Amino acid sequence: MNYIKPVTLSALALIASFSVYADDMQAKVQAYIKSGFHKGKNQDPKRLEQDETLKVCSETRGKVSGEQAKAIVEREKATIKYPANGILMGNWQKGKKAFTDGFAMRIGRYEPDAPDKVRGGNCYACHAADPKELAAGNLGTNLRGYGKIRGNTWDTVKYTYDKIYNAQSVIPCSNMPRLGHNGVLSPEQIADIVSFLVDPASPVNK
Amino acid sequence: MAKLTQPSWLLACAIGFGISTAIAQDNADQGASVDDYREMTYGDRDANPALLVVDRGEQLFKEKRGPKNVSLETCDFGLGAGVVKGAYAQMPRYFKDTDRVQDLESRLLTCMTEIQGFDAADVTTKTFADERINEPNMDIEALAAYVAVQSDGMKLNPPADHPKEKEAIAMGEQLFWHRHGPLDFSCATCHSADGKRIRLQNLGNFYTAKDAQKTMGSWPTYRVSHGLARNMQHRMWDCHWQMRLPDLEYGSPMSTALLAFLSHQAKDAPMVLPGMTR
Ligand code: HEC
Ligand code: HEC
Repeated sequence: MNYIKPVTLSALALIASFSVYADDMQAKVQAYIKSGFHKGKNQDPKRLEQDETLKVCSETRGKVSGEQAKAIVEREKATIKYPANGILMGNWQKGKKAFTDGFAMRIGRYEPDAPDKVRGGNCYACHAADPKELAAGNLGTNLRGYGKIRGNTWDTVKYTYDKIYNAQSVIPCSNMPRLGHNGVLSPEQIADIVSFLVDPASPVNK
Repeated sequence: MAKLTQPSWLLACAIGFGISTAIAQDNADQGASVDDYREMTYGDRDANPALLVVDRGEQLFKEKRGPKNVSLETCDFGLGAGVVKGAYAQMPRYFKDTDRVQDLESRLLTCMTEIQGFDAADVTTKTFADERINEPNMDIEALAAYVAVQSDGMKLNPPADHPKEKEAIAMGEQLFWHRHGPLDFSCATCHSADGKRIRLQNLGNFYTAKDAQKTMGSWPTYRVSHGLARNMQHRMWDCHWQMRLPDLEYGSPMSTALLAFLSHQAKDAPMVLPGMTR
Protein backbone atom coordinates (compact mmCIF):
# COMPACT_ATOMS: atom_id res chain seq x y z
CA MET A 1 0.00 0.00 0.00
CA ASN A 2 2.80 2.33 0.82
CA TYR A 3 3.94 2.92 -2.71
CA ILE A 4 0.53 4.07 -3.92
CA LYS A 5 0.52 7.37 -2.08
CA PRO A 6 3.54 9.02 -3.67
CA VAL A 7 2.27 8.02 -7.13
CA THR A 8 -1.15 9.57 -6.49
CA LEU A 9 0.47 12.66 -5.07
CA SER A 10 2.79 13.20 -7.97
CA ALA A 11 -0.08 12.56 -10.38
CA LEU A 12 -2.05 15.27 -8.61
CA ALA A 13 0.91 17.60 -8.72
CA LEU A 14 1.22 16.91 -12.43
CA ILE A 15 -2.43 17.78 -13.05
CA ALA A 16 -2.11 20.95 -10.99
CA SER A 17 1.02 22.09 -12.76
CA PHE A 18 -0.53 21.25 -16.11
CA SER A 19 -3.55 23.45 -15.47
CA VAL A 20 -1.32 26.31 -14.33
CA TYR A 21 0.62 25.83 -17.52
CA ALA A 22 -2.62 25.77 -19.51
CA ASP A 23 -3.88 28.98 -17.85
CA ASP A 24 -0.56 30.64 -18.57
CA MET A 25 -0.80 29.53 -22.22
CA GLN A 26 -4.33 30.90 -22.51
CA ALA A 27 -3.30 34.25 -21.02
CA LYS A 28 -0.52 34.41 -23.60
CA VAL A 29 -2.89 33.46 -26.42
CA GLN A 30 -5.10 36.36 -25.39
CA ALA A 31 -2.12 38.74 -25.43
CA TYR A 32 -1.10 37.61 -28.93
CA ILE A 33 -4.65 38.07 -30.19
CA LYS A 34 -4.99 41.47 -28.56
CA SER A 35 -1.97 42.84 -30.41
CA GLY A 36 -2.56 40.73 -33.51
CA PHE A 37 -5.40 42.57 -35.18
CA HIS A 38 -5.95 45.99 -36.63
CA LYS A 39 -8.26 48.39 -34.83
CA GLY A 40 -10.48 51.13 -36.19
CA LYS A 41 -12.95 51.57 -39.02
CA ASN A 42 -14.63 48.40 -40.32
CA GLN A 43 -12.83 46.26 -37.75
CA ASP A 44 -14.85 44.51 -35.07
CA PRO A 45 -12.87 43.43 -32.00
CA LYS A 46 -15.99 41.74 -30.57
CA ARG A 47 -15.46 38.97 -33.11
CA LEU A 48 -12.28 38.03 -31.28
CA GLU A 49 -14.15 37.12 -28.10
CA GLN A 50 -14.77 33.42 -27.51
CA ASP A 51 -17.83 32.05 -25.76
CA GLU A 52 -17.47 29.18 -23.27
CA THR A 53 -18.07 26.53 -25.94
CA LEU A 54 -15.37 27.76 -28.33
CA LYS A 55 -13.01 28.17 -25.41
CA VAL A 56 -13.40 24.50 -24.48
CA CYS A 57 -13.22 23.36 -28.13
CA SER A 58 -10.01 25.36 -28.67
CA GLU A 59 -8.25 24.30 -25.49
CA THR A 60 -9.08 20.61 -26.01
CA ARG A 61 -8.56 20.83 -29.79
CA GLY A 62 -12.03 19.34 -30.17
CA LYS A 63 -11.29 16.29 -28.02
CA VAL A 64 -13.75 17.02 -25.23
CA SER A 65 -14.44 14.79 -22.22
CA GLY A 66 -17.87 13.21 -21.79
CA GLU A 67 -18.77 15.85 -19.25
CA GLN A 68 -17.64 18.73 -21.45
CA ALA A 69 -19.56 17.27 -24.38
CA LYS A 70 -22.75 17.07 -22.36
CA ALA A 71 -22.38 20.66 -21.14
CA ILE A 72 -21.85 21.94 -24.69
CA VAL A 73 -24.83 20.11 -26.18
CA GLU A 74 -27.06 21.30 -23.35
CA ARG A 75 -25.89 24.89 -23.64
CA GLU A 76 -26.11 25.02 -27.42
CA LYS A 77 -29.56 23.36 -27.57
CA ALA A 78 -30.88 26.13 -25.35
CA THR A 79 -29.91 28.76 -27.95
CA ILE A 80 -32.13 27.45 -30.75
CA LYS A 81 -34.91 29.76 -31.93
CA TYR A 82 -37.65 28.74 -34.35
CA PRO A 83 -39.56 30.80 -36.94
CA ALA A 84 -42.43 32.86 -35.53
CA ASN A 85 -45.01 30.67 -37.27
CA GLY A 86 -43.45 27.54 -35.81
CA ILE A 87 -43.15 25.91 -39.23
CA LEU A 88 -39.72 24.39 -39.87
CA MET A 89 -40.22 23.65 -43.58
CA GLY A 90 -40.14 26.65 -45.91
CA ASN A 91 -39.70 26.99 -49.65
CA TRP A 92 -37.04 24.80 -51.27
CA GLN A 93 -36.39 27.21 -54.16
CA LYS A 94 -35.55 29.96 -51.68
CA GLY A 95 -33.64 27.39 -49.66
CA LYS A 96 -31.53 26.55 -52.70
CA LYS A 97 -30.38 30.16 -52.86
CA ALA A 98 -29.69 30.43 -49.12
CA PHE A 99 -27.80 27.13 -49.28
CA THR A 100 -25.61 28.40 -52.13
CA ASP A 101 -25.00 32.08 -51.28
CA GLY A 102 -21.80 33.11 -49.52
CA PHE A 103 -21.70 34.07 -45.84
CA ALA A 104 -21.03 37.77 -46.53
CA MET A 105 -20.00 39.38 -43.16
CA ARG A 106 -16.52 40.30 -44.35
CA ILE A 107 -14.92 43.17 -42.46
CA GLY A 108 -11.67 45.12 -42.55
CA ARG A 109 -9.89 47.44 -44.92
CA TYR A 110 -9.95 45.34 -48.07
CA GLU A 111 -13.54 44.62 -49.04
CA PRO A 112 -16.02 44.81 -46.16
CA ASP A 113 -19.52 43.57 -46.99
CA ALA A 114 -22.43 45.94 -46.48
CA PRO A 115 -23.90 45.06 -43.07
CA ASP A 116 -27.31 44.44 -44.70
CA LYS A 117 -25.91 42.25 -47.49
CA VAL A 118 -28.00 39.06 -47.82
CA ARG A 119 -26.19 36.22 -46.10
CA GLY A 120 -26.13 32.63 -47.20
CA GLY A 121 -24.96 29.42 -45.58
CA ASN A 122 -22.20 28.81 -48.15
CA CYS A 123 -23.00 25.14 -47.65
CA TYR A 124 -21.34 24.03 -50.89
CA ALA A 125 -18.03 25.15 -49.42
CA CYS A 126 -18.22 22.01 -47.27
CA HIS A 127 -21.06 19.81 -48.59
CA ALA A 128 -22.25 18.21 -51.82
CA ALA A 129 -26.06 18.43 -52.22
CA ASP A 130 -27.64 19.01 -55.66
CA PRO A 131 -25.93 16.38 -57.83
CA LYS A 132 -25.69 18.97 -60.62
CA GLU A 133 -23.43 21.15 -58.50
CA LEU A 134 -19.97 19.70 -58.96
CA ALA A 135 -17.95 22.41 -57.23
CA ALA A 136 -18.71 21.08 -53.75
CA GLY A 137 -16.29 20.80 -50.87
CA ASN A 138 -15.87 17.77 -48.63
CA LEU A 139 -15.19 19.08 -45.13
CA GLY A 140 -18.76 18.10 -44.30
CA THR A 141 -20.83 15.02 -45.13
CA ASN A 142 -22.20 14.41 -48.62
CA LEU A 143 -25.83 15.59 -48.50
CA ARG A 144 -26.92 14.27 -51.92
CA GLY A 145 -30.25 12.43 -51.62
CA TYR A 146 -30.53 13.66 -47.99
CA GLY A 147 -34.36 13.63 -47.71
CA LYS A 148 -34.77 10.50 -49.78
CA ILE A 149 -32.33 8.59 -47.59
CA ARG A 150 -33.61 9.87 -44.22
CA GLY A 151 -37.29 10.06 -45.01
CA ASN A 152 -39.49 13.13 -45.13
CA THR A 153 -40.50 12.89 -41.46
CA TRP A 154 -40.92 15.31 -38.56
CA ASP A 155 -37.83 13.85 -36.91
CA THR A 156 -35.73 14.51 -39.99
CA VAL A 157 -37.08 18.05 -40.30
CA LYS A 158 -36.50 18.87 -36.64
CA TYR A 159 -33.01 17.31 -36.61
CA THR A 160 -32.01 19.18 -39.76
CA TYR A 161 -33.32 22.53 -38.52
CA ASP A 162 -31.53 22.19 -35.19
CA LYS A 163 -28.33 21.04 -36.89
CA ILE A 164 -28.22 24.07 -39.17
CA TYR A 165 -29.26 26.54 -36.46
CA ASN A 166 -26.65 25.26 -34.07
CA ALA A 167 -24.40 22.45 -35.29
CA GLN A 168 -22.96 21.98 -31.81
CA SER A 169 -26.36 21.20 -30.31
CA VAL A 170 -25.90 17.87 -32.09
CA ILE A 171 -22.13 17.31 -32.20
CA PRO A 172 -19.97 19.19 -29.68
CA CYS A 173 -17.07 21.06 -31.29
CA SER A 174 -18.39 20.30 -34.78
CA ASN A 175 -16.40 22.03 -37.50
CA MET A 176 -19.66 23.32 -38.93
CA PRO A 177 -20.42 26.96 -38.01
CA ARG A 178 -23.39 27.63 -35.71
CA LEU A 179 -25.13 29.49 -38.49
CA GLY A 180 -28.38 30.46 -36.77
CA HIS A 181 -26.90 31.06 -33.34
CA ASN A 182 -24.13 33.28 -34.73
CA GLY A 183 -26.62 35.37 -36.73
CA VAL A 184 -25.44 34.31 -40.17
CA LEU A 185 -28.84 32.84 -41.16
CA SER A 186 -32.34 33.79 -39.97
CA PRO A 187 -34.79 31.13 -38.73
CA GLU A 188 -36.83 31.63 -41.94
CA GLN A 189 -33.77 31.06 -44.14
CA ILE A 190 -32.99 27.91 -42.18
CA ALA A 191 -36.54 26.60 -42.67
CA ASP A 192 -36.13 27.21 -46.43
CA ILE A 193 -32.84 25.29 -46.41
CA VAL A 194 -34.48 22.41 -44.53
CA SER A 195 -36.96 22.17 -47.42
CA PHE A 196 -34.16 22.21 -49.96
CA LEU A 197 -32.65 19.20 -48.17
CA VAL A 198 -35.82 17.29 -47.27
CA ASP A 199 -38.56 18.13 -49.82
CA PRO A 200 -38.98 15.27 -52.33
CA ALA A 201 -39.38 17.89 -55.09
CA SER A 202 -35.94 19.41 -54.39
CA PRO A 203 -33.11 18.58 -56.81
CA VAL A 204 -31.17 17.24 -53.80
CA ASN A 205 -33.55 14.27 -53.76
CA LYS A 206 -33.84 13.69 -57.50
CA MET B 1 6.02 51.04 -62.76
CA ALA B 2 3.49 49.65 -65.18
CA LYS B 3 1.48 46.52 -64.56
CA LEU B 4 3.74 43.52 -64.54
CA THR B 5 3.54 41.40 -67.61
CA GLN B 6 1.10 38.63 -67.15
CA PRO B 7 1.27 36.35 -70.15
CA SER B 8 -2.28 35.71 -71.21
CA TRP B 9 -1.55 32.07 -71.98
CA LEU B 10 -0.85 31.63 -68.34
CA LEU B 11 -4.30 32.80 -67.30
CA ALA B 12 -6.00 31.01 -70.14
CA CYS B 13 -4.45 27.73 -69.20
CA ALA B 14 -5.22 28.27 -65.53
CA ILE B 15 -8.86 28.74 -66.38
CA GLY B 16 -8.95 25.81 -68.76
CA PHE B 17 -7.39 23.67 -66.08
CA GLY B 18 -9.90 24.78 -63.47
CA ILE B 19 -12.78 23.55 -65.58
CA SER B 20 -11.35 20.20 -66.53
CA THR B 21 -10.36 19.39 -62.96
CA ALA B 22 -13.76 20.54 -61.66
CA ILE B 23 -15.17 17.51 -63.43
CA ALA B 24 -12.30 15.17 -62.75
CA GLN B 25 -12.31 16.00 -59.05
CA ASP B 26 -15.94 15.16 -58.60
CA ASN B 27 -15.18 11.51 -59.14
CA ALA B 28 -11.62 11.37 -57.97
CA ASP B 29 -12.12 13.37 -54.73
CA GLN B 30 -8.38 14.02 -54.72
CA GLY B 31 -7.86 16.89 -57.11
CA ALA B 32 -4.45 17.89 -58.32
CA SER B 33 -5.16 21.05 -60.23
CA VAL B 34 -2.60 23.25 -58.57
CA ASP B 35 0.00 20.48 -58.59
CA ASP B 36 -0.42 19.82 -62.26
CA TYR B 37 -0.40 23.50 -62.95
CA ARG B 38 2.78 23.92 -60.95
CA GLU B 39 4.40 21.04 -62.81
CA MET B 40 3.45 22.68 -66.06
CA THR B 41 4.83 26.08 -65.25
CA TYR B 42 7.83 24.77 -63.40
CA GLY B 43 8.91 23.17 -66.61
CA ASP B 44 10.12 26.67 -67.37
CA ARG B 45 10.79 28.32 -64.03
CA ASP B 46 12.38 31.30 -65.75
CA ALA B 47 8.91 32.18 -67.02
CA ASN B 48 7.55 32.80 -63.51
CA PRO B 49 6.32 36.41 -63.57
CA ALA B 50 7.25 36.75 -59.87
CA LEU B 51 10.87 36.90 -61.00
CA LEU B 52 10.21 40.40 -62.34
CA VAL B 53 9.07 41.41 -58.86
CA VAL B 54 12.20 39.81 -57.39
CA ASP B 55 14.36 41.90 -59.75
CA ARG B 56 12.57 45.03 -58.69
CA GLY B 57 13.06 43.99 -55.05
CA GLU B 58 16.79 43.65 -55.62
CA GLN B 59 17.00 47.16 -57.04
CA LEU B 60 15.01 48.56 -54.12
CA PHE B 61 17.17 46.65 -51.67
CA LYS B 62 20.38 48.18 -53.00
CA GLU B 63 18.99 51.64 -53.55
CA LYS B 64 19.51 54.48 -51.05
CA ARG B 65 16.01 55.12 -49.72
CA GLY B 66 14.05 56.56 -46.83
CA PRO B 67 14.63 59.68 -44.71
CA LYS B 68 18.16 58.48 -43.89
CA ASN B 69 18.93 57.83 -47.56
CA VAL B 70 20.69 54.50 -47.09
CA SER B 71 20.23 51.07 -48.63
CA LEU B 72 19.11 47.92 -46.83
CA GLU B 73 22.47 46.26 -47.49
CA THR B 74 23.36 46.32 -43.79
CA CYS B 75 20.11 44.69 -42.65
CA ASP B 76 20.70 41.59 -40.54
CA PHE B 77 18.27 38.79 -41.36
CA GLY B 78 19.87 36.49 -38.82
CA LEU B 79 23.02 35.40 -40.61
CA GLY B 80 24.87 38.68 -40.15
CA ALA B 81 24.60 42.20 -41.51
CA GLY B 82 23.90 42.17 -45.22
CA VAL B 83 23.69 38.39 -45.65
CA VAL B 84 20.61 37.48 -47.65
CA LYS B 85 21.71 34.16 -49.09
CA GLY B 86 19.96 31.40 -47.14
CA ALA B 87 18.55 33.80 -44.53
CA TYR B 88 14.88 33.18 -45.32
CA ALA B 89 15.37 29.42 -44.98
CA GLN B 90 16.22 30.07 -41.32
CA MET B 91 13.31 32.32 -40.44
CA PRO B 92 11.31 33.02 -38.32
CA ARG B 93 14.03 33.33 -35.69
CA TYR B 94 14.90 35.24 -32.53
CA PHE B 95 16.63 38.60 -32.93
CA LYS B 96 18.53 40.03 -30.02
CA ASP B 97 18.20 43.70 -30.99
CA THR B 98 14.39 43.57 -31.03
CA ASP B 99 14.23 40.82 -28.40
CA ARG B 100 11.57 38.96 -30.32
CA VAL B 101 10.99 36.28 -32.91
CA GLN B 102 10.59 37.78 -36.36
CA ASP B 103 9.61 36.45 -39.75
CA LEU B 104 11.15 37.88 -42.89
CA GLU B 105 8.56 40.59 -43.34
CA SER B 106 8.51 41.89 -39.77
CA ARG B 107 12.32 41.93 -39.88
CA LEU B 108 12.25 43.90 -43.09
CA LEU B 109 9.95 46.39 -41.41
CA THR B 110 12.45 46.71 -38.53
CA CYS B 111 15.29 47.45 -40.96
CA MET B 112 13.22 49.92 -42.96
CA THR B 113 12.43 51.86 -39.79
CA GLU B 114 15.72 51.48 -37.92
CA ILE B 115 18.18 51.73 -40.80
CA GLN B 116 16.32 53.79 -43.37
CA GLY B 117 14.19 55.88 -41.02
CA PHE B 118 10.82 55.03 -42.54
CA ASP B 119 7.80 55.45 -40.28
CA ALA B 120 6.40 52.01 -39.46
CA ALA B 121 2.83 53.30 -39.35
CA ASP B 122 3.25 54.76 -42.85
CA VAL B 123 4.66 51.56 -44.30
CA THR B 124 2.00 49.34 -42.73
CA THR B 125 -0.87 51.53 -43.93
CA LYS B 126 -0.66 49.50 -47.10
CA THR B 127 1.49 46.41 -47.34
CA PHE B 128 -0.29 44.46 -50.08
CA ALA B 129 -1.02 45.46 -53.66
CA ASP B 130 -4.70 45.44 -54.58
CA GLU B 131 -5.31 42.92 -57.33
CA ARG B 132 -8.79 44.35 -57.99
CA ILE B 133 -7.30 47.47 -59.52
CA ASN B 134 -4.33 45.77 -61.19
CA GLU B 135 -1.90 47.48 -58.88
CA PRO B 136 1.74 46.34 -59.11
CA ASN B 137 3.29 44.76 -55.99
CA MET B 138 4.10 47.18 -53.16
CA ASP B 139 7.78 47.95 -52.47
CA ILE B 140 7.79 45.91 -49.27
CA GLU B 141 6.33 42.91 -51.14
CA ALA B 142 9.04 43.15 -53.78
CA LEU B 143 11.75 43.49 -51.12
CA ALA B 144 10.52 40.44 -49.21
CA ALA B 145 10.23 38.40 -52.39
CA TYR B 146 13.81 39.32 -53.30
CA VAL B 147 15.28 38.34 -49.94
CA ALA B 148 13.23 35.12 -49.78
CA VAL B 149 14.21 33.94 -53.23
CA GLN B 150 17.88 34.04 -52.16
CA SER B 151 17.03 30.79 -50.33
CA ASP B 152 15.96 29.01 -53.49
CA GLY B 153 17.34 25.48 -53.59
CA MET B 154 17.99 25.34 -49.84
CA LYS B 155 16.20 23.49 -47.07
CA LEU B 156 13.89 25.19 -44.64
CA ASN B 157 15.49 24.97 -41.24
CA PRO B 158 14.52 27.76 -38.84
CA PRO B 159 16.17 27.54 -35.41
CA ALA B 160 14.13 26.33 -32.42
CA ASP B 161 16.70 26.70 -29.64
CA HIS B 162 16.08 30.07 -28.02
CA PRO B 163 13.26 30.03 -25.42
CA LYS B 164 11.42 32.69 -27.41
CA GLU B 165 11.66 30.57 -30.55
CA LYS B 166 10.23 27.65 -28.63
CA GLU B 167 7.48 29.87 -27.29
CA ALA B 168 6.62 31.22 -30.74
CA ILE B 169 6.23 27.70 -32.13
CA ALA B 170 4.10 26.57 -29.18
CA MET B 171 1.96 29.70 -29.30
CA GLY B 172 1.60 29.36 -33.05
CA GLU B 173 0.19 25.88 -32.59
CA GLN B 174 -2.16 27.11 -29.88
CA LEU B 175 -3.36 29.91 -32.17
CA PHE B 176 -3.75 27.41 -35.02
CA TRP B 177 -6.47 25.71 -32.95
CA HIS B 178 -8.06 28.88 -31.62
CA ARG B 179 -11.65 29.16 -32.83
CA HIS B 180 -13.20 32.60 -33.15
CA GLY B 181 -15.26 34.86 -35.36
CA PRO B 182 -18.87 34.49 -36.55
CA LEU B 183 -18.04 31.24 -38.37
CA ASP B 184 -16.42 29.52 -35.37
CA PHE B 185 -13.36 28.74 -37.51
CA SER B 186 -9.79 28.03 -36.51
CA CYS B 187 -6.96 27.27 -38.93
CA ALA B 188 -7.36 23.63 -37.89
CA THR B 189 -10.96 23.59 -39.18
CA CYS B 190 -9.59 23.67 -42.71
CA HIS B 191 -5.96 22.58 -42.42
CA SER B 192 -5.73 19.55 -40.12
CA ALA B 193 -7.07 16.63 -42.15
CA ASP B 194 -6.00 14.92 -45.36
CA GLY B 195 -7.75 15.20 -48.69
CA LYS B 196 -10.08 18.05 -47.75
CA ARG B 197 -11.40 20.80 -49.99
CA ILE B 198 -13.35 24.04 -49.70
CA ARG B 199 -15.42 23.86 -52.88
CA LEU B 200 -12.69 22.67 -55.29
CA GLN B 201 -9.74 24.27 -53.52
CA ASN B 202 -7.44 21.71 -51.96
CA LEU B 203 -6.61 22.35 -48.33
CA GLY B 204 -3.16 21.52 -47.04
CA ASN B 205 -3.01 19.43 -43.87
CA PHE B 206 -0.27 21.18 -41.93
CA TYR B 207 0.05 18.20 -39.61
CA THR B 208 1.64 16.20 -42.39
CA ALA B 209 5.20 17.07 -43.31
CA LYS B 210 4.38 16.55 -46.99
CA ASP B 211 1.69 19.23 -47.18
CA ALA B 212 3.45 21.64 -44.83
CA GLN B 213 6.67 21.33 -46.83
CA LYS B 214 4.94 21.79 -50.15
CA THR B 215 3.39 25.04 -48.91
CA MET B 216 6.26 26.53 -46.97
CA GLY B 217 8.76 25.57 -49.65
CA SER B 218 6.83 27.36 -52.39
CA TRP B 219 6.13 30.80 -50.92
CA PRO B 220 6.69 33.61 -51.97
CA THR B 221 4.58 32.56 -54.88
CA TYR B 222 3.10 33.98 -58.03
CA ARG B 223 -0.64 33.91 -57.38
CA VAL B 224 -2.19 33.49 -60.78
CA SER B 225 -5.63 34.61 -59.62
CA HIS B 226 -4.14 37.89 -58.36
CA GLY B 227 -1.58 38.40 -61.11
CA LEU B 228 0.85 39.30 -58.31
CA ALA B 229 3.70 37.91 -56.25
CA ARG B 230 2.51 37.15 -52.71
CA ASN B 231 4.39 36.57 -49.47
CA MET B 232 3.32 34.65 -46.39
CA GLN B 233 2.10 37.71 -44.47
CA HIS B 234 -0.47 38.17 -47.21
CA ARG B 235 -1.58 34.54 -46.95
CA MET B 236 -1.91 34.87 -43.17
CA TRP B 237 -3.98 38.01 -43.63
CA ASP B 238 -6.08 36.35 -46.35
CA CYS B 239 -7.10 33.31 -44.29
CA HIS B 240 -8.06 35.56 -41.35
CA TRP B 241 -10.11 37.70 -43.69
CA GLN B 242 -11.91 34.57 -44.92
CA MET B 243 -12.52 33.72 -41.26
CA ARG B 244 -14.38 37.08 -41.02
CA LEU B 245 -11.96 38.44 -38.44
CA PRO B 246 -10.46 41.94 -38.29
CA ASP B 247 -7.37 42.55 -40.45
CA LEU B 248 -4.35 40.68 -39.16
CA GLU B 249 -1.68 43.17 -38.08
CA TYR B 250 1.31 43.02 -40.44
CA GLY B 251 4.33 41.45 -38.77
CA SER B 252 2.52 41.08 -35.43
CA PRO B 253 3.70 38.48 -32.91
CA MET B 254 0.49 36.59 -33.78
CA SER B 255 1.36 36.38 -37.47
CA THR B 256 4.96 35.51 -36.69
CA ALA B 257 3.97 32.77 -34.23
CA LEU B 258 1.70 31.14 -36.82
CA LEU B 259 4.55 31.22 -39.33
CA ALA B 260 7.00 29.85 -36.75
CA PHE B 261 4.63 26.91 -36.17
CA LEU B 262 4.02 26.28 -39.89
CA SER B 263 7.74 26.48 -40.65
CA HIS B 264 8.44 24.08 -37.81
CA GLN B 265 5.92 21.61 -39.26
CA ALA B 266 7.62 22.01 -42.64
CA LYS B 267 11.19 21.54 -41.42
CA ASP B 268 13.57 20.35 -44.16
CA ALA B 269 11.24 21.50 -46.94
CA PRO B 270 13.12 21.98 -50.18
CA MET B 271 12.66 25.63 -51.15
CA VAL B 272 11.64 26.06 -54.79
CA LEU B 273 11.25 29.80 -55.08
CA PRO B 274 9.36 31.70 -56.21
CA GLY B 275 6.43 29.28 -56.35
CA MET B 276 3.34 29.33 -58.46
CA THR B 277 -0.18 28.95 -57.07
CA ARG B 278 -3.77 29.45 -58.07
C1 HEC C 1 -17.05 24.78 -42.67
C2 HEC C 1 -17.72 23.66 -43.20
C3 HEC C 1 -19.22 23.56 -43.11
C4 HEC C 1 -20.16 24.43 -43.58
C5 HEC C 1 -19.95 25.80 -44.20
C6 HEC C 1 -21.43 23.78 -43.40
N1 HEC C 1 -21.26 22.56 -42.83
FE1 HEC C 1 -22.71 21.17 -42.44
N2 HEC C 1 -21.32 19.95 -41.61
C7 HEC C 1 -19.98 20.18 -41.59
C8 HEC C 1 -19.32 19.07 -40.95
C9 HEC C 1 -17.83 18.93 -40.71
C10 HEC C 1 -20.32 18.12 -40.63
C11 HEC C 1 -20.12 16.75 -40.00
C12 HEC C 1 -19.91 16.84 -38.52
C13 HEC C 1 -21.16 17.24 -37.84
O1 HEC C 1 -22.21 16.59 -38.04
O2 HEC C 1 -21.12 18.20 -37.09
C14 HEC C 1 -21.58 18.73 -41.05
C15 HEC C 1 -22.82 18.13 -40.89
C16 HEC C 1 -23.99 18.60 -41.43
C17 HEC C 1 -25.28 17.92 -41.37
C18 HEC C 1 -25.54 16.61 -40.69
C19 HEC C 1 -25.41 15.51 -41.68
C20 HEC C 1 -25.85 14.17 -41.15
O3 HEC C 1 -25.72 13.22 -41.89
O4 HEC C 1 -26.33 14.10 -40.02
C21 HEC C 1 -26.17 18.69 -42.05
C22 HEC C 1 -27.64 18.40 -42.29
C23 HEC C 1 -25.45 19.86 -42.52
N3 HEC C 1 -24.14 19.78 -42.12
C24 HEC C 1 -26.02 20.88 -43.26
C25 HEC C 1 -25.37 22.05 -43.60
C26 HEC C 1 -26.02 23.16 -44.26
C27 HEC C 1 -27.45 23.16 -44.73
C28 HEC C 1 -25.08 24.13 -44.37
C29 HEC C 1 -25.26 25.54 -44.90
C30 HEC C 1 -26.37 26.26 -44.34
C31 HEC C 1 -23.84 23.63 -43.82
N4 HEC C 1 -24.06 22.36 -43.35
C32 HEC C 1 -22.65 24.34 -43.78
C33 HEC C 1 -19.32 21.28 -42.07
C34 HEC C 1 -19.92 22.38 -42.64
C1 HEC D 1 -12.49 28.12 -44.12
C2 HEC D 1 -11.29 27.40 -44.43
C3 HEC D 1 -9.96 27.99 -44.05
C4 HEC D 1 -9.53 28.41 -42.83
C5 HEC D 1 -10.32 28.49 -41.55
C6 HEC D 1 -8.13 28.74 -42.98
N1 HEC D 1 -7.73 28.53 -44.26
FE1 HEC D 1 -5.85 28.63 -44.97
N2 HEC D 1 -6.52 28.24 -46.84
C7 HEC D 1 -7.83 27.99 -47.17
C8 HEC D 1 -7.96 27.94 -48.61
C9 HEC D 1 -9.25 27.70 -49.39
C10 HEC D 1 -6.67 28.15 -49.13
C11 HEC D 1 -6.24 28.22 -50.59
C12 HEC D 1 -5.98 26.91 -51.17
C13 HEC D 1 -5.73 27.09 -52.65
O1 HEC D 1 -5.16 28.10 -53.04
O2 HEC D 1 -6.10 26.20 -53.39
C14 HEC D 1 -5.78 28.31 -47.98
C15 HEC D 1 -4.41 28.48 -48.07
C16 HEC D 1 -3.57 28.57 -46.99
C17 HEC D 1 -2.13 28.58 -47.07
C18 HEC D 1 -1.30 28.49 -48.36
C19 HEC D 1 -1.31 27.09 -48.88
C20 HEC D 1 -0.50 26.93 -50.15
O3 HEC D 1 0.13 25.89 -50.32
O4 HEC D 1 -0.49 27.84 -50.97
C21 HEC D 1 -1.65 28.69 -45.80
C22 HEC D 1 -0.21 28.74 -45.37
C23 HEC D 1 -2.81 28.76 -44.92
N3 HEC D 1 -3.94 28.67 -45.69
C24 HEC D 1 -2.74 28.92 -43.55
C25 HEC D 1 -3.86 29.13 -42.75
C26 HEC D 1 -3.79 29.55 -41.38
C27 HEC D 1 -2.52 29.79 -40.60
C28 HEC D 1 -5.08 29.68 -40.94
C29 HEC D 1 -5.57 30.16 -39.60
C30 HEC D 1 -5.24 31.51 -39.27
C31 HEC D 1 -5.95 29.31 -42.04
N4 HEC D 1 -5.17 29.02 -43.12
C32 HEC D 1 -7.33 29.23 -41.96
C33 HEC D 1 -8.87 27.80 -46.29
C34 HEC D 1 -8.83 28.09 -44.95
